[in-house]
Amino acid sequence: MAGTLDFSPDDRCNAFITTCREARFSDGALAGVAVAVKDNISTAGIRTTCASRILEGYVPPYDAHVIELLRKEGAAIVGKTNMDEFGMGSTTETSAFGPTRNPADPTRVPGGSSGGSAAALAAGLVPMALGTDTGGSIRCPAAFCGVVGLKPTYGRVSRYGLIAYANSLEQIGPMARTVEDVSRLMSVIAKYDPRDSTMLDRPYDHRPSADIAGLRVGVPEEYFGEGVDPRVAETVRDAIGVLEELGASTVPVSIPGMRYALAAYYVICTGEASSNLARFDGVRYGPAVDIRKSWHDAYQEIRQANFGAEVRRRVMLGTFALSAGYAGRYYAKALGARQKIRQDFERALRDADVIAGPTMPTVAFRLGEKTDPLSLYLADILTAPANLAGIPAISVPCGRVDGLPVGFQLMGRQFEDERVVDAAYAYEQEVRA
Amino acid sequence: MVTESDIEHIAELADIGISRDEVPEFTRQFNAILEYFEVLDTVEGESAPADGITNVFREDEPRPCLPQEAVLANAGSTENGFIKTPRVM
Amino acid sequence: MKTIVGLEIHVQLATATKLFCGCSTDYRDDGPNTHCCPVCLGLPGSLPRLNRKAVEYGLLVAKALGMRVLEESEFARKNYFYPDLPKAYQITQYDKPLAVEGIIEIEDDEGHEKIVRITRVHLEEDPGRLVHVAGASKYSLVDYNRSGIPLLEIVTEPDMRSPQEARRFLNKLRTILEYLRVFDGDREGSLRVDANISLEGSERVEVKNISSYKGVEKALTFEVTRQKNLRRRGQTVTRETRHFMEGRGITTSARGKEEEHDYRYFPEPDLRPLRVTDWVAEIDLPELPAARKNRFMAQYGISPNHARTLTGDPKLADFYERVAPVDPALAATWVADTLLGELNYRDMSIAAVPADRIAELLGLLRAETVTDRAGVQVLREMLDACAAGRPSERPAAIVKRENLGRTTGDDFSAIVRTVIASNPQAVEDYHAGRKGALNFLVGQVMKETRGRADPRELGRIVSECIEKGEV
Repeated sequence: MAGTLDFSPDDRCNAFITTCREARFSDGALAGVAVAVKDNISTAGIRTTCASRILEGYVPPYDAHVIELLRKEGAAIVGKTNMDEFGMGSTTETSAFGPTRNPADPTRVPGGSSGGSAAALAAGLVPMALGTDTGGSIRCPAAFCGVVGLKPTYGRVSRYGLIAYANSLEQIGPMARTVEDVSRLMSVIAKYDPRDSTMLDRPYDHRPSADIAGLRVGVPEEYFGEGVDPRVAETVRDAIGVLEELGASTVPVSIPGMRYALAAYYVICTGEASSNLARFDGVRYGPAVDIRKSWHDAYQEIRQANFGAEVRRRVMLGTFALSAGYAGRYYAKALGARQKIRQDFERALRDADVIAGPTMPTVAFRLGEKTDPLSLYLADILTAPANLAGIPAISVPCGRVDGLPVGFQLMGRQFEDERVVDAAYAYEQEVRA
Repeated sequence: MVTESDIEHIAELADIGISRDEVPEFTRQFNAILEYFEVLDTVEGESAPADGITNVFREDEPRPCLPQEAVLANAGSTENGFIKTPRVM
Repeated sequence: MKTIVGLEIHVQLATATKLFCGCSTDYRDDGPNTHCCPVCLGLPGSLPRLNRKAVEYGLLVAKALGMRVLEESEFARKNYFYPDLPKAYQITQYDKPLAVEGIIEIEDDEGHEKIVRITRVHLEEDPGRLVHVAGASKYSLVDYNRSGIPLLEIVTEPDMRSPQEARRFLNKLRTILEYLRVFDGDREGSLRVDANISLEGSERVEVKNISSYKGVEKALTFEVTRQKNLRRRGQTVTRETRHFMEGRGITTSARGKEEEHDYRYFPEPDLRPLRVTDWVAEIDLPELPAARKNRFMAQYGISPNHARTLTGDPKLADFYERVAPVDPALAATWVADTLLGELNYRDMSIAAVPADRIAELLGLLRAETVTDRAGVQVLREMLDACAAGRPSERPAAIVKRENLGRTTGDDFSAIVRTVIASNPQAVEDYHAGRKGALNFLVGQVMKETRGRADPRELGRIVSECIEKGEV
């Protein structure tokens, strides 16, 4: 049943950077299913911008591994979704192509950085989308827009073709309106790819099960503390109560390393980003560099003109954190903190099978509300730890506060993505029924 | 505490290019962020290897390369198969 | 004033594919940007994959140099911005190199054995190649075919005491690498050297990017003179990086940004660490130059000098072993002295010479079918044919065609008589006991006979003729 899908969405929330009016598809598990792809995932023949002017006009000569898999299973790639520039943000406001609006409330941000994918789902434009998650970039917009998003275990989905922001933290992951569709999409994209040396051959091939009797749900006090909107905390506690009604038990757990999680996260991700983003020099791709100028002048000029302020701020932060005389105080300490957080989760996940908490401390911000970088960084406090630990984490909608969606986050042991999917599925089936 | 001249030095090291009028704001934001990072001073001990996975290899077998047109397709300007670039000195 | 030299040598490893992608390394005869893929172009989203063979080659070198392989080694990013570096970082090894602490023995300037300590060896990727356009144009051209070629960086302690020692060290290192078959020194640009040089009590100067063996000695000799002159004039040597201008044989200061590098190394997050110490025991080292030299002396009974020359290049040593059965001593002289000289003159490689034909020639020489002098003539004909890409004739055929067969002196009696008759002055000198006279007369006969006769035998015949007065 190969064919062409006509895709002309009413994209009033600016979810897409690029749409493919005639999207070809073939036979397979996702035959004819419209899938939107975040614009930091390379698509052969379709421009891929990372929502940055520095990649204006760049058309990759190759497909990311996940795109190869999607095409093989018949999916129709219908467009590339908006995002924070290079994934650096939690609001999709730093895009060079303008902000995306939240379909649940157009005066609000959709979250980020995979805001376009989440908004396209919430607006009903597509049933499935790919996002990427470095410190919460799938789960945050899923929570803010009221859809489902899974950050897989680090090493479960190939990063080949994902334009790197912070290599040691990020994963491509599935987003959809239901847990079942998230699981279906995950079954397609989580297949071994030897081109990603950080990947393990642990394919995901799972049908979600709502039977969670006996599941031990860890509840970390740190996920309900200072900075978390009490109404959001309350909504999530109700969701945990639903799991208990389904036969799960709760155990208190603790992640003491949370106190330095965010600092460690920002040192590591900006450090890696400062290196990853240095290649955009306008020589091999992107807006042409001025070859009449001297190298350093031309290079600085093209970066200043084509990177937004947040990208330049993070590149500078990362450069500083890795520079001679400071690397020991920042980068080395961040790696130490990361190790402790990983151990905290390992310990907690001996007493519990999954860990539950809110995805975001608040509901979606108003557009333009967060202008101070640090206050925006603080919004990642509940999502970034899973990236530091490399564990799977899913966000599933669990009600509303002020009429805005709240996300329920479930984290699990490494390579137990199936278990967090099942827990989310059980919850979703129960509250939908 | 970083000063405005520190910020200019970091921008130079990062080769990122910032304009004069951005410097005060970047300095203020940097200081707020670095103050938040101070919590890392309390971290003790070194990091251990991430996990046990080592020795991931590829065999020494040639694979097809991209055609030259594809290599040059996204470049700003080319000459006889080469890509033009600003000169260093 | 003591001279102190340490070297950092980058050699391209002779793998079939690049260090982190499957692009072929055999790019030298192809157009620019034809051996590239998303990985070695640093296209967004591409990821490196480590070539197992490069690691094996690195370990082979480590074992041959008696080094300690680190329990865990890892790759790191060295961040700097340069138009030939497509990712704006080089994947290299920083604080966890492949192996540390080795030695290479060389001869010092007095001919004594000495040890140069090897600090470390590590793997890294080669950048692309920049071509500077001549004339007024301000831009450069870049070719990424070389980008990602595996390099082994070998760092020495500052153990060399003269430019000549540095040259001998490099020759020795090159020979070892060629014996290990991990390196092809004939490939253009396959070896590059950064040299640190100081006079005792002065600051150290780094001379970067010397791209030939001869260049290293030249650059260092220039630096020794420059630094000594500075000191003589009462000036101080400043610690700096200098570039070697190969064409002019001088070094120039590389001022500015290049000197303030802060490379911001951190572990490469796209690759896994290496744990390969247990591979080392599995490695069978081939016979190395020192062992082969000793064996040549024992097995073939040849001189230490011949043995050293013949084992200085594994291809030459292999060649010798193919022709030695004819007559080891004769073969040693002919290969090490005559043949090598003729090859150098023609800028030819030993690889182009057919060993079976040379063995035949040695057979003719051994049977005294041809004289040494005629033998050289045959050799030259054969090499000229090889150089022109023609198959070499059999030496016996050349001898026949050119009528170069050795003839006994009696057949030349007519020529001898003519020469004696037409050089009365020489005959007179001979009778007067002047030694040069006989040589002169023999030379004249040789000239007439085009080298077919044995000069010693001719000498006997000429003096007999004069003594007997047979003119």
